[in-house]
Amino acid sequence: MVKVFIPSDTTACALGADEVAAEIALHSEQRGLQVEIVRNGSRGAFWLEPLVEIDSHLGRIAFGPVGVNDVFDLFESGFPEPCEHPTYMGKVADIGWLKYQSRLTFARAGMTDPLSLDDYRQHDGYSGLMRALTMSPADIVEEITASGLRGRGGAAFPTGIKWRTVLDTAAEQKYVAANADEGDSGTFADRLLMEADPYQLIEGMTICAMAVGATEGFIYLRSEYPRALHALKQAISNAADANLLGNDIGGSGRHFDIQVRVGAGAYICGEETSMLESLEGKRGLVRFKPPLPAIEGLFGQPTVVNNVLTLAGVSTVLAKGADYYRDYGTGRSRGTLTVQLAGNVRYGGLVELPFGVSLRDLVEEFGGGTATGRPVHAIQVGGPLGAYLPESQWDTPMDYEAFAAAGAMLGHGGVVVFDDSVDMAQQAQFAMEFCALESCGKCTPCRIGSVRGVELIDKIRQNDNRQGNLDLLDELCETMESGSLCAMGGLTPMPVRSALKHFNQAFEAGQGNEKHD
Amino acid sequence: MSPATGQPVTIVSSVVQKYAETAGGLLPCLHEIQAKLGHIPKDCVAIIASGMGLSRAEVHGVISFYHDFHNEPRGQTTIHLCRAEACQAMGSRKLEEHVKSRLGVEFGGTTADGRFSLEPVYCLGNCACPPSIRIGDNVFARVDAARFDRLLKEV
Repeated sequence: MVKVFIPSDTTACALGADEVAAEIALHSEQRGLQVEIVRNGSRGAFWLEPLVEIDSHLGRIAFGPVGVNDVFDLFESGFPEPCEHPTYMGKVADIGWLKYQSRLTFARAGMTDPLSLDDYRQHDGYSGLMRALTMSPADIVEEITASGLRGRGGAAFPTGIKWRTVLDTAAEQKYVAANADEGDSGTFADRLLMEADPYQLIEGMTICAMAVGATEGFIYLRSEYPRALHALKQAISNAADANLLGNDIGGSGRHFDIQVRVGAGAYICGEETSMLESLEGKRGLVRFKPPLPAIEGLFGQPTVVNNVLTLAGVSTVLAKGADYYRDYGTGRSRGTLTVQLAGNVRYGGLVELPFGVSLRDLVEEFGGGTATGRPVHAIQVGGPLGAYLPESQWDTPMDYEAFAAAGAMLGHGGVVVFDDSVDMAQQAQFAMEFCALESCGKCTPCRIGSVRGVELIDKIRQNDNRQGNLDLLDELCETMESGSLCAMGGLTPMPVRSALKHFNQAFEAGQGNEKHD
Repeated sequence: MSPATGQPVTIVSSVVQKYAETAGGLLPCLHEIQAKLGHIPKDCVAIIASGMGLSRAEVHGVISFYHDFHNEPRGQTTIHLCRAEACQAMGSRKLEEHVKSRLGVEFGGTTADGRFSLEPVYCLGNCACPPSIRIGDNVFARVDAARFDRLLKEV
């Protein structure tokens, strides 16, 4: 029996993985071959998807990208054994794009059947929780603090401090809320993790619950991720059946349950207080802070709100120890950074590396430049609220502080590449348009400022009172930055101002329209 | 009450009953109603409100806040076209023009034959292989005009 791995991941399937799996099953049957098809997660090398792997005497061997039309030929060439074929990639372990990464959080992604608890445990899974169950809550929090782990959702707040606050706040009921509302364009790391390794999130949440004394957990998942929803629901049910959730976790007498709640298409619900409102069944209006969610969060109770990758990182910290995690990275940015190479990029996908690599190395070495073959012109890092970086800034090391100093942010690690056909004035205008569409409406600078911003950039592009409107736009940006209630209005000026500063020729009349196709 | 309106009311009532005791249960309740009926009929807002212990304004407020919820009947299949930056970088603006003209609708619209509704979406998490669209629950990568036309025929 030969094991054949074909990912069930969203992107792999968006490129035809389901059809490839069906075709391989059909050919195997017709040829009377003993083949077991495993629908694994993706390794995140999306440029190679659908990436088909076989378990052979040489180890895991890869073929990719495999289209439905390649399958007949593959079998003729000797598949499912290692064989000569244009899609033959050799050993997975030798694929440079994967080999030169430092996979901690995504070590298991693509290796295993995402829903198999046995697979998860055979690959070190649940060793972190088992260790946590032998520790006092304060010691778990201390371990997280010592690891230097910071929130991976974008704000980079030290995780240990947040947990300490919840632990120290006395309450009958506490909650853990995983923010899986991954709305930033150019990001897919949370989705990949939930589809490829959902137990890691569940384990991280359970460790968090043990640390702070929570008994109920919620995963707030965006509705755009139906495959992740399926994986999470099944994984939660399997974990409960194995006593890894529920009334007596691992025989410890401790209790923790998780439920998944699905969002309804509002970007703002990725903001933590808006997410809490949404979990309470309300409009996703941003709350004033203080009170901090760690003190008065979900249903008014102390709540840890952490991003999916933060909670996943917790499993690694507990499994391998704080020092092991801390040894990766640089300065105050410890552990690994999960970069998502997206947009107009030749070798797009998920790259996990220690903090500190330069943006240029990422886009050129891993990304291989643009997909269109034209020169890279601008790179937006950190989602729709992140800056557009010109070539002069591509040597900035990828860590939180260096990016902040460059007037940019890492955010959730999304890297969107644009070639030289991009109209940067149009991109700046879109940033304002997106804010107008997705603002929760609670504060004026964001709700009205964004609408005025669209109008102003429109006028500037048409050369209508150009200097006057540029000055006004500058003032508007300042008002939004300092007067908005949350990062939505507060950071929308970042892409706008970076475009104006570094790509100002695009704002001259006629430039944009002329350049764009 | 006519049978035509009687049936949705029965469905809505049973869904509401299921979530009445769930803390923060309005979103899952609305999702389930919409999954069963295709939309959330306006004349059911009062039933939802009384069942969930909320005012009609609160229920309407939630329905109108979230892009996913609709008060009006929708096409059999919803097509979501990603308008966000990673897709823009690979030509989604051009694809958007094509899709709108091919379907003969703007965003928010439903084709005359009732088969498709077209909605914008801001990221499907498929950003390494854009442009992306979602048809029903399936996401498709690297979609250009020709691929869109083929996909449409296969629905």
